[in-house]
Amino acid sequence: MKYHPFVLPFSIGLAFVMLYIIGMWTFWIIRLSRREQKIVWKRLFSLRTIKAMWESMMEGLFHRKIFQKNPLLGYMHMSLAFGWFMLIVLGNLESRIYPHSNINPPYYPIFFEFFRHDLSPLREYEEIFTFLMDFFLFVVISGICLAFFKRMKSRILGMRKTTKHILIDRIALTSLWFIFPLRILAESVTAGLYNTGHFFTNFLGQQVIYNLPLDQLYYPSWWAYSFALGMFFVTLPFSRYMHIPAEILLIFLRKYGVKEKDTHSTFTKIEVSACSRCGICIDSCQLSTDLNINDTQPAYFIRDLRYNEPDERMRETCMMCMRCIEACPVGIEITAIRTNERKEHQLWGDKNYSYINGFSYPKAKVAFFAGCMGHLTPSVLKATLKLLDEAKVDYTFIDKDGSICCGRPLQMNGEVQAAKQLIDKNNTLILQSGAEMVVTTCPICAREFKQNYHLNIPVLHHSQFLLQLINEKKLKVNKSDLNIAYHDPCELSRGLGITQEPRELLGKAGNVVDSTKQTHNNSLCCGGSLGITNTNAEQKRTIAASTINQITNSETDVVATACPLCKKTFSAAQDEMPIKDISEILVKSLNEKSNSTLKQQKINEEIVTA
Amino acid sequence: MVDFGYAPLEIKIHDLDKANLTLGEWIAERDETFKHCIACGCCTATCTAGKFTTFSFREMCHSIRRGELMEAITESEKCMLCGKCILACPRNVNTRNIVKLVRKANQNFRV
Repeated sequence: MKYHPFVLPFSIGLAFVMLYIIGMWTFWIIRLSRREQKIVWKRLFSLRTIKAMWESMMEGLFHRKIFQKNPLLGYMHMSLAFGWFMLIVLGNLESRIYPHSNINPPYYPIFFEFFRHDLSPLREYEEIFTFLMDFFLFVVISGICLAFFKRMKSRILGMRKTTKHILIDRIALTSLWFIFPLRILAESVTAGLYNTGHFFTNFLGQQVIYNLPLDQLYYPSWWAYSFALGMFFVTLPFSRYMHIPAEILLIFLRKYGVKEKDTHSTFTKIEVSACSRCGICIDSCQLSTDLNINDTQPAYFIRDLRYNEPDERMRETCMMCMRCIEACPVGIEITAIRTNERKEHQLWGDKNYSYINGFSYPKAKVAFFAGCMGHLTPSVLKATLKLLDEAKVDYTFIDKDGSICCGRPLQMNGEVQAAKQLIDKNNTLILQSGAEMVVTTCPICAREFKQNYHLNIPVLHHSQFLLQLINEKKLKVNKSDLNIAYHDPCELSRGLGITQEPRELLGKAGNVVDSTKQTHNNSLCCGGSLGITNTNAEQKRTIAASTINQITNSETDVVATACPLCKKTFSAAQDEMPIKDISEILVKSLNEKSNSTLKQQKINEEIVTA
Repeated sequence: MVDFGYAPLEIKIHDLDKANLTLGEWIAERDETFKHCIACGCCTATCTAGKFTTFSFREMCHSIRRGELMEAITESEKCMLCGKCILACPRNVNTRNIVKLVRKANQNFRV
């Protein structure tokens, strides 16, 4: 068996990291709840496993989601992951094809060129192996160069900000960066001496560094390479690179249907470890882009959760708009984790909402719930009720005399026990109404009803319900030539996945023009989110104004939204662009006469100002 | 003191020199908008909880300023954090944050 003491740093590192990963995987799987383990076992031998394998390959090796964000950034990640993977696979194949070496110690393929200077026993494969090894080494080093440039100037790779790393991450990152230049050095020196390379290392060894004392560099370069590898392996479990093994497990568990629960669980630990702190969430966060708050984003929050407790500012400074989840290449359920973290610090005094009682409303087929924000925007409420009357819907207004809050604001602030009381109260109201469906104008309420009320009847946002009415020909609207920019509210688009219905609905009353890519699931937050309490009015207005700026263009006549809170926030931030709820626009288009009023109004205003 | 022959009721007197004003200071340190409140009552007029009970953000702030801490804390527990008051406030007081701060003060005080 071939051996040389320089393989020790690598071998010790590899043994350590392997044992650690296997240990952690086993530990995590054992610590999953009974129910979770059951579903994993049940679905282990199904199509899901194959799908998970496919996804781990697409994400782990090719980094598909990062490619979608920015091709160069994707290439950088792919070159490292896929390039390195290919080097390992090819190295193994090479060492196996080489005669008389069926049982190889793990370091043998890695340091193959050190042990075998004469590659001619590979016969016809020699050319192809040396070429491929050089090719992938070249790919990897190009990725490292990009990574280096990214640290200097991240904008080149489409990232506004990169993560500020802690010490252990920096050590691991540095050793990772050193691995490949050192490997190239070692292989080039060897190629210079023994002609073991191909276009890349042979060129370097024989044309570039040939006049260096290669004989004396030979051992130190292999030692350095082995040491860099060992260093990386030893630091991996404690640094952000733990995301590599954790993400693979996460992809499998997620495919089997394991999800975040109401409290932190073992699955949270896996998700937290699977965060690579790549910093893509920082770019997507409007607190960063608009307010320059750059230290509370998920990358940092999750890091703190992994190593210690996030402090209060870290925990609270988040709009819970879920844009980061859409952006996250690992798909970590960040908002659920943050909510659970807030729950652990919930302020539970003697909250007692027993003062709410004594309501009775007539029974009807549809229970209409305006919600707090609906009541705060009478124009939305009036318009919606008018549309319901117009379509002769049999509805009952279950919060006519003042709404009971749906509980979502409390929920988002972690106060679940208080929210539970409100949920019970509203549940009773809905049940009493004997309705077959609940319709609400507020996406916040709609999401809470759908996800936390456990109702047996469908919950519809008014945009869905109105579209139904139009499709059933109960409502008739006329199309105008109004150019409408539609703003997707967070809770409606990312929270409930409703992005098409409002557009279709608005399309019946005017032209919906999206002038930015930040729509649908990537929509911007209005800034008025109830998930955050520590932004002041000025900051909220900044976010709102920036959002309006991005979603409109010079052609836009009106901004339509489907959330009364968004409407309020936008209206407070600027007064150039009229902000209307979907229902208001529909009411306007109900009859021919008032069809083009909005546009006419705008033209009139322009004439006056001119 | 001059004797006018009549005097305010004992329970109606708020002696600001003796009152415990620490909570107000503590809150103002963390959220300075607390000081901006002009007690106009817009928050109370729009309040979801206020529709059903006597809860009033404005009064809660008064209580804090007078040093009636227990009243303020009991009141704060009635809030549903729905956020209508923030949108109604002409002085941009960060009402929800202040309610949360009062609750937190309560928690810290009990611990």
